[in-house]
Amino acid sequence: MASTSTLEITPELVDEHGITPEEYERIRAALGREPNLVELGIFSALWSEHCSYKSSKVFLREFPTKGPRVLQGPGENAGAVDIGEGLAVVFKMESHNHPSFIEPYQGAATGVGGILRDVFTMGARPIALLDPLFFGRPEAPRMHALVDGVVRGVGGYGNCIGIPTVGGSVFFHPAYDQNILVNVMAVGLVKHDRIFRAKASGIGNPVLYAGSKTGRDGIHGASMASDSFDEGSAERRPTVQVGDPFVEKLLLEAVLEVLEGDAVVAIQDMGAAGLTSSSFEMCARGDVGMRLDLSKVPMRETGMTPYELMLSESQERMLLVAHAGREEEVAAVFRKWGVDVAVIGEVTGTSRMTLVFGGEVVADLPIGPLVDEAPVYTRPFVTIDSKPAIEGGIALDGAPDDLTALKTLIASPNLCSRSWITEQYDWSVRTDTVFGPGHDAAVMRIKGSRKGLALTADVNPRFVMADPQRGASHAVAEAVLNLACVGAEPLALTDCLNFGNPERPEILGQLAAAVKGISVACSVFETPVVSGNVSLYNETEGSGILPTPTVGMVGLLEDVSRAVPSAFRSEGDVIALFGETKDELGASAYLATVLGREEGTCPGLDLLAAKEVSRLLVELSRDGFLSSAHDLSEGGFAVSLFECTSAGRGAEVNVQTALLPTIFLYSESASRALVSFPAAHSRNVLEAAKRRGVATTLLGRVAGESLRISVNQEPVIDVPVSELRDISQSAFAKLMEGNA
Amino acid sequence: MTLQAVVVRFPGSNCDEDAHHAAATLLGAEARLVSHDTADLGEPDIVILPGGFSYGDYLRCGAMARFTKAMDFVARYAERGGAVLGICNGFQILCEAGLLPGALVQNSGLRFVCKDVYIRVETSRTFLTGGVPPGTVLRMPIAHGDGNWRAPEGALDGIVSRDQVLFRYVNAAGEREEGANPNGSLDDVAGLSNERGNVVALMPHPERAGDALLGGTDGAVLFQAAARSLLSKLVRS
Repeated sequence: MASTSTLEITPELVDEHGITPEEYERIRAALGREPNLVELGIFSALWSEHCSYKSSKVFLREFPTKGPRVLQGPGENAGAVDIGEGLAVVFKMESHNHPSFIEPYQGAATGVGGILRDVFTMGARPIALLDPLFFGRPEAPRMHALVDGVVRGVGGYGNCIGIPTVGGSVFFHPAYDQNILVNVMAVGLVKHDRIFRAKASGIGNPVLYAGSKTGRDGIHGASMASDSFDEGSAERRPTVQVGDPFVEKLLLEAVLEVLEGDAVVAIQDMGAAGLTSSSFEMCARGDVGMRLDLSKVPMRETGMTPYELMLSESQERMLLVAHAGREEEVAAVFRKWGVDVAVIGEVTGTSRMTLVFGGEVVADLPIGPLVDEAPVYTRPFVTIDSKPAIEGGIALDGAPDDLTALKTLIASPNLCSRSWITEQYDWSVRTDTVFGPGHDAAVMRIKGSRKGLALTADVNPRFVMADPQRGASHAVAEAVLNLACVGAEPLALTDCLNFGNPERPEILGQLAAAVKGISVACSVFETPVVSGNVSLYNETEGSGILPTPTVGMVGLLEDVSRAVPSAFRSEGDVIALFGETKDELGASAYLATVLGREEGTCPGLDLLAAKEVSRLLVELSRDGFLSSAHDLSEGGFAVSLFECTSAGRGAEVNVQTALLPTIFLYSESASRALVSFPAAHSRNVLEAAKRRGVATTLLGRVAGESLRISVNQEPVIDVPVSELRDISQSAFAKLMEGNA
Repeated sequence: MTLQAVVVRFPGSNCDEDAHHAAATLLGAEARLVSHDTADLGEPDIVILPGGFSYGDYLRCGAMARFTKAMDFVARYAERGGAVLGICNGFQILCEAGLLPGALVQNSGLRFVCKDVYIRVETSRTFLTGGVPPGTVLRMPIAHGDGNWRAPEGALDGIVSRDQVLFRYVNAAGEREEGANPNGSLDDVAGLSNERGNVVALMPHPERAGDALLGGTDGAVLFQAAARSLLSKLVRS
């Protein structure tokens, strides 16, 4: 074997690879000998939490993953769901948290690049990106630079490759001061019969490498993503990869052109753990082996070792298996697009990975133990119950008046206008964006079809912290409600489970409860989980993030021209509220932002009632009755009503309630939506609501240019819309002023 | 009679299909997407250079694309009086190629900006604005990081007096004001033509404003004007 692999494997070296002594014994047992360094590196990558899901697997099995529309569930590069007319929507969400904290621009940029490759390796043309982001306090160290870098990174990659960034979310909380989260969701379209998978087959078939040359960047990225941060983390900058959206654009066009033909057997992107994970996983799915000659890998630098070649996470690379004899045909397409391509090996019938370098065998490993038989841990966890409700209700003495509270909320980092961010993203390229950022859900048309897709990504980490199971159910319910507000029926879900260190029983308890919460909600809404990602060890010096199970959802509109916007459209339209408002200020934005308190439990959630509200909204938009619809979420009624005035039209409403005005205005009770419609449709709307048992309150009219709210006929808020809009619009730039 | 349109696709173009779609649906042309390494683009009635990030825009925007075979053709074609429309990156490429004056540098805010803007038609003398009265205000999206037009030293007065300023950034009421200009462009210039008026370009994206479903149809106004101008030229010749 080559000299690089003769290094003695010491316990220190094993430890540096993040492999426990028990795991090392398993490796020796599986091989019947000591591994060499290349092999140890491969085990380290594939058995990392990031690649193996060893701590979360036992829980993830709980997800409902099947449904009549599901064409591809979890386990492939991305999920695929039938939308009729022979078309499928392909989507997945992923995290790029650890790299983004170390180097925000490249961390975020390569997060976008990676998730796009997951979609186009399925043969799908990417049509949209969404990016849920979670930051620490704006005043926390480095936070301006992190926000600025991440936003530039997401934009820099997405804008250049020309996929619109149409939605997402931004959430600030001290728990992310030292562990920001960058989640990215990509959505693509493909014809059913052109869906490609990553299952290697056909003994003797050639294995091709296409894309950027391999460099020394990102070595051990997967292991880094499976570890907590400490003081030394900044020194891990070399483990962050560097993205090149221009190369990815060429790779995208080349791959889609290659996949139009029938020369390719299987294809997988080289994501985390690069050549290692792509080659082993393709073999595992097809129950075959491979023999790869690493000397043939296109290299960016001289003197690269097999260890480096196998573990590099250089971006914009793909591994393909072609039918024997057709490799030149495949290679010609890549060359036409100016993309490097090389035949680097062949499929074998050995169920082993044999790696050759400079004529010598440098590694020879059985596939099974590395992939399907990777360790799975049932680590100890504690059941996490809901935090108790606040004893005797929330004392509001000393609280500011309701208008001051509204102004505070809409100027706060979590609720102010996001235009500072979204203006840096190209959301209109490809000319399919019907609703871009700022609506309940983004809406994309499909050229050549009447149908449209609605896209959203949601989670309220404060709710999940207060009650991990119900909070996670809330995330699903809010996503469904967002889709329903634009008029879309929910199809399926992808998730990104961001948690702290799973070796701590209470953190694993959060994960277990959140998975249950998502699963229960998905069963009720009939929305299977088709893809997803788990990001653990989001901790720095023992302090973890809020549990953050981000939910991405795709919905279908039968007639995209009927999509309903969130803003009021016509003077004189009737405004109504669907759903019930209760005394539920626990874990609310009002409590945290206005009163500076984070306590209590999150609002109750009746999933069946939530389903009826959502179905009602879809039905009403299909019938063309609604002028606007907007869900009530963070900030409650008052904030949502303000958001409905974003097109400049004001509202005059009166609320009859037994609740204190402040509680009515800022409670975050679930499953509510504000709708407006022409008075002529009132009867239709009310009858439809009654049929579905949805409580409906007529509130007033779209009127003038002010927001006028009375409670029990007592005016509580009366303010020009433009004044509120200025506060909301200017707030983010003010947060970012100074040291960006 | 059907117009023939060619859309040039450079490596890194990303509005090529959008421009192709607009050429087919809004211009009503028989539209072809043609690779940058094509030396002969045939006898089209219009050549469109689409938006995107040609060659990644890693050097100056458009600086690499100007050296392609397709651009050699475009230069000769423009010399013969052929109609050329550059959008966004296409504008940058035309400036780099010397077919339009000046250069487009980084936005004054130092950030990429994507939003709807208002532009005012300043002259009807080009094929893109023929029949559209000066003063007409159009709303359409911009999406660029380098749209800040700078004139060659001392050249602005001449460019203005020769009626080469095609569009200016304005507010909704059609007035020039601070804040209406999204990128710091000199003299609020959003679009330009050459002296002859056959080479035109703008930073905003008319191809993204051609369908009410997507929020606006003001871009269609320009494609329809182009169709009228080019068809009448066909009839005359």
